[in-house]
Amino acid sequence: MLQEYFNLAIKAIFVENLALAFFLGMCSFLAVSKKVETAMGLGMAVIFVQAVTLPVNNLIYQHLLKDGALAWVHPSLANTDLTFLGFLCYIGTIAAMVQLVEMFLDKYAPGLYNALGVFLPLIAVNCAILGGSLFMVERDYNLGESVVFGVGSGIGWALAVIALASIRERLRYSNVPVGLRGLGITFMITGLMAIGFMAFGGIQL
Amino acid sequence: MAKTNRDVLIDPLFNNNPIALQVLGICSALAVTTKMETSLVMSAALIGVLTFSNLFVSLLRSGIPSNIRIIVQLTIIASLVIVADQILKAFVYDISKQLSVFVGLIITNCIVMGRAEAFAMQNGPMKSVLDGIGNGLGYSLILMGTALLRELFGSGTLFGKTMFPLVADGGWYLPNGLMLYSPAAFFIIGLFIWALRTWKTDQVEEE
Repeated sequence: MLQEYFNLAIKAIFVENLALAFFLGMCSFLAVSKKVETAMGLGMAVIFVQAVTLPVNNLIYQHLLKDGALAWVHPSLANTDLTFLGFLCYIGTIAAMVQLVEMFLDKYAPGLYNALGVFLPLIAVNCAILGGSLFMVERDYNLGESVVFGVGSGIGWALAVIALASIRERLRYSNVPVGLRGLGITFMITGLMAIGFMAFGGIQL
Repeated sequence: MAKTNRDVLIDPLFNNNPIALQVLGICSALAVTTKMETSLVMSAALIGVLTFSNLFVSLLRSGIPSNIRIIVQLTIIASLVIVADQILKAFVYDISKQLSVFVGLIITNCIVMGRAEAFAMQNGPMKSVLDGIGNGLGYSLILMGTALLRELFGSGTLFGKTMFPLVADGGWYLPNGLMLYSPAAFFIIGLFIWALRTWKTDQVEEE
């Protein structure tokens, strides 16, 4: 049991890295990777929100949306399949959770709240979060697995964005061709990093 | 607004491309471009969603309180994506299976959100629709270009039809496996940006 969770975590962090294997959350990935400090802040926020939203969305899916899941409300609802409402529910949960996390941090951990700053609200539209929820539904994870997958994929994303930011800080001293400066070269670097991460694909778990 | 309708429609293609300059909507651009077919369907879905979300946000813009506008926009977009997803499942089931989670991810595709917030909230419905179509086309342009290169050199086919006969089938072309892997998309889009900025030098970023 523990072994399974451990495998899932390793898989989520390295083998199926949300940023470098599935290209999720690319917009903020490219936009905030100019400085290691901000990248770290956003990475922390993603781990946090991912760890909270995935289990909640998992409960919603298992007990409200799945085919026949409404049977516990009334036997006549045993045949209802609400999966088509999924997108709307997940994005609602994510937006609500981000808001809750923000309020909670503001009250009980003002230090962390100030450190995360503007990144917290931005996370609601980070595709890595919604993507995590959609993968969780597609692969039919149970509650325990979804917690592990949430934390793992968050860590994977944070790792990738911090690594890219460190490379870009170094890049300031290199002589990049004029047309490639900024966005162009960042794409190239991300491509090379993705090749690097493909090496983890051979791990048998 | 000094911009004419024509500018609103044409600008996003090269001068203000959503992917190459605005850095919006990159996630899906990279993931679905291994085949022409999937990227065509993805582009069509995005243009549809973007046009209608711009239209509805623009129509409702004076009635949306500004402190809950993000939720309202997300609700509009999510409903449109559900419609698009159901249509794809009904008519092109195989392709919608291949696109897997990426149709759903149109919701958080920053192009849709970004245009709703930056353009449709300030402009009338007519211009917003044109802006939606223009940005959708700019996105499709990059998407189809990337898919063209990846499918042609990665598997020697276009839309599943053989262009270069493969060595394995007795032809002469040895497919370039790298093209089918995800990093290739980054390199191709990086090169596109390089080409575009060599042509339109005012887009170059100073460091």
